[in-house]
Amino acid sequence: MAELTVIKELNFKSETKPDWCPSCGDFAVLSGLIKALTKLQIEPKDAVTVSGIGCSSNLPGFIRTYGYHSLHGRSIPVATGVKLANPNLKVVVTGGDGDGYGIGVGHFIHALRRNIDLTYLVMNNQVYGLTTGQVSPTSEIGYQTKTTPQGNLEQPINPLALAIAGGATFVARAFSGDPNHMAEVIAQAIEHKGFALVDIFSPCVTFNKVNTYEFFRKRVLKLEEAGHDPANLQQAMEKALMWGDKIPLGVFWRTERAVFDQAKLSKDLPYPADWSGQHGLDDKTFNNLLAELR
Amino acid sequence: MNSKIVDIWIAGAAGDGVQSTSEMLAKIAARCGLHVYIYNSYQSAIRGGYVYAQIRISAKKIRTPSDRWDILVALNTDSIERHKGWVKKEGVLIFNCDRAKAPGGLTGIGIPISEVVSNPLMQNTVFLGAACALTGLPLEKFEKAILEVFGKKSQEVKDANLKAAKEGAGRAKSLAGRFKLPVSDKSHILITGNQALAFGAAEGGVRFYSAYPMTPASGVLHWMADHAAKLGICVMQAEDEISVINMAIGASFAGARSMVATSGGGFALMTEAVGLAAMTETPLVAINVCRAGPSTGVPTKTEQGDLWQVLGAGQGDYPKAVIAPLDVEDCFYMVQHSLNLADRYQIPVLMISDLLLSEHNETLEALDPKRIKIDRGEWAGTNGAGQFLRYLYTPGGVSPRAKPGMPDQYIFTAASDDHRESGTLISDVDTDPVERKKMMEKRMRKMEGILKEMPPNVLIGEPKADLTLVGWGSGCGILTELVARAKEEGKKVNALAIRSVWPFLSKEVAGVLTKAKGVMMIENNFTGQMAKLIRQETGFEIPHLCLKYDGEPFYLESTWPMVQKALKGKAQAREVILTPYGLAEDKG
Ligand SMILES: Cc1ncc(C[n+]2csc(CCOP(=O)(O)OP(=O)(O)O)c2C)c(N)n1
Ligand code: SF4
Ligand SMILES: [Mg+2]
Repeated sequence: MAELTVIKELNFKSETKPDWCPSCGDFAVLSGLIKALTKLQIEPKDAVTVSGIGCSSNLPGFIRTYGYHSLHGRSIPVATGVKLANPNLKVVVTGGDGDGYGIGVGHFIHALRRNIDLTYLVMNNQVYGLTTGQVSPTSEIGYQTKTTPQGNLEQPINPLALAIAGGATFVARAFSGDPNHMAEVIAQAIEHKGFALVDIFSPCVTFNKVNTYEFFRKRVLKLEEAGHDPANLQQAMEKALMWGDKIPLGVFWRTERAVFDQAKLSKDLPYPADWSGQHGLDDKTFNNLLAELR
Repeated sequence: MNSKIVDIWIAGAAGDGVQSTSEMLAKIAARCGLHVYIYNSYQSAIRGGYVYAQIRISAKKIRTPSDRWDILVALNTDSIERHKGWVKKEGVLIFNCDRAKAPGGLTGIGIPISEVVSNPLMQNTVFLGAACALTGLPLEKFEKAILEVFGKKSQEVKDANLKAAKEGAGRAKSLAGRFKLPVSDKSHILITGNQALAFGAAEGGVRFYSAYPMTPASGVLHWMADHAAKLGICVMQAEDEISVINMAIGASFAGARSMVATSGGGFALMTEAVGLAAMTETPLVAINVCRAGPSTGVPTKTEQGDLWQVLGAGQGDYPKAVIAPLDVEDCFYMVQHSLNLADRYQIPVLMISDLLLSEHNETLEALDPKRIKIDRGEWAGTNGAGQFLRYLYTPGGVSPRAKPGMPDQYIFTAASDDHRESGTLISDVDTDPVERKKMMEKRMRKMEGILKEMPPNVLIGEPKADLTLVGWGSGCGILTELVARAKEEGKKVNALAIRSVWPFLSKEVAGVLTKAKGVMMIENNFTGQMAKLIRQETGFEIPHLCLKYDGEPFYLESTWPMVQKALKGKAQAREVILTPYGLAEDKG
């Protein structure tokens, strides 16, 4: 049994300083995640952050946990592999709206219905930040970018409604302008058994001059203060569809469903170096497999 | 020893039971210590299309499909017409004489199915009984096979089938033993290339296998899924091939030996992540079981057309190994070797198989579980203390690995962006030409070590010959048979079978080719892809290409004349074989 040490926020502090633009919403997400991990007393060595590509996807480099900074849109499959290979790990997926709701949306939908035990934090700034300001799948209609100079024509994806309909078992929203609330929501998401989505308004101060801190501050309300029942599917969907003057934050939907755990690997996955010099199959198993072919 | 091959073809419409009937016959022969080679020619359609299977049986090992039959088991009338022209001298047709007549000049055993069995579904059993009589395969072995196949059915069904088999044997009495095979009390295993890859992977310690169904790679997935629970392997059918490979990379990052297999289309989707594995130095074995391309191509037909796709997979320069197993047995060992290479060098190892190799059944006398031991390469903590640098610059380019869950001191982030020794990024805001160059060189240094661990290519026949044939991967089968045929005819022909595709064993290959008197390439594709690679890597231009790209593999009888032409110095630069008359014809 390992000695009981208290995990502090400092334990998650990376030597690499984030290179996000000053005031980028992603700073708050990083500290929110660190707060949540600290609150839950998860050891840095047992946490894995997995991301795709984007400003937001740089997060794993800025936190002291094991990390995998993968390809644009592929964070969920990588994280799925990590979790299946070692279910003891706490796997947190981080990324942007383009990464998760654009190029990677197929994986997102299947992760929802699979209900694999991952926490998914989407830093939704409604724009492509890293590639310097193109339209994103969550950009609002009429939103002007380099690639939509006449204004965006496409209906934005509603990630929360999509997640609820897609079979998610935990759906929440947070806002970088309210870091304590965000840390609380992220902690609940990590604690949740199954796939947990936290869509986070994380303003891109450089390329999105519409959906700013101010924009959200004026509009957000907290579901937990509004008597919302996250166990009520109909209410959850109604709240998820709210947009305009009032935009809800908090836990929209929470339910329990069997968690995908096809892998029964952890119990017999030895330290890799210990495998060397061995055989994958014992004699009896090998001979049985051979006998099947006779 | 009587080493004659008996060729039995079972032909009918899809849904007539061609496959189950041929497998039963093959199993009986294998259990009599005989060697068997089955080649199925089938269509994607589950029912209705035209299908035939070749079951080649002999006391010696058989390595290719053939062009001619000794016994044709016609499950429908149509197949008599289709195949009558390819009969060998003494050939015998087994057919239902309620429906058809034997064509003139053919010896036929016509069995009135409506008279001998009450249920027309038992026709195949009757015919198999007749085939056993012709070849001298003992009926007891047949009985055992029937009991297994109908194990769950009632005694009545089993008895009826046994009776049917005996009826069939009785009807063939006059020709009994015409194709007598030397039965022994040995028993061989019967296995496909896909099964050998999966079985070998399990023996090689694979703990994570993900895939998306795609012919002709699905056999690996099916074996894995079937055995997953018992063997403790996590088997995932993911939503697409992009997810497949990224999941496997995630699992490998977490410490599990991981593998994926697909066909060309799926491999195309995987390629970005092949580079990801190389960049993050995450071991992975990815197999491309080729079908005839391009695009959806001919899904149920074979081709060696993806060589350059595999060589060019993914953007940028990165270290990798590409191995093309030479036959079913080689699949079992090469997949284990590939898993070790992947771990030892922390690279993607790409394997190339094809429909012919992956889906045909053949017999093996044994598989040796002791030949290759698991080698998981270098791990952190095994080489002293100090600050852990995941991508440490080392002389061989390999840096000791760590995985999540290991003590704090090993924490690192693996990134698809290029990075420093510690793993921090050297792209985006903070570019660093010096470190970038060093890191490129560190990764690429691995190629020197990999080159030394590539499996040797195989020279078939004597070192000195008048003609040297060259092939690769599954082509080894036809090369072996051509060399044997040449020997029978007193001609000096040898062959080089290439399985180390990348890094290329340039010196060794050049050594063979420059000394050869004449050289002919034998490849199952249009452009002679391996011949191009050989020219690129050795400067040697192979003067004659013998190619085939009609979807069918090389058959011995139609390929041998090309070798004869080359021996006479009459071969063209490009000789293209079309599958022998009739085979390619489709009246439907
Ligand atoms: C396959 C592929 N296509 C395109 C890109 C270029 N690319 C990098 S990040 C990105 C969009 C990022 O947007 P988002 O996920 O919203 O992240 P943000 O930067 O806004 O945080 C794109 C298109 C890429 N890296 N890979
Ligand atoms: S470009 Fe936008 S998203 Fe990227 S770091 Fe700057 S503010 Fe953040
Ligand atoms: Mg974005």
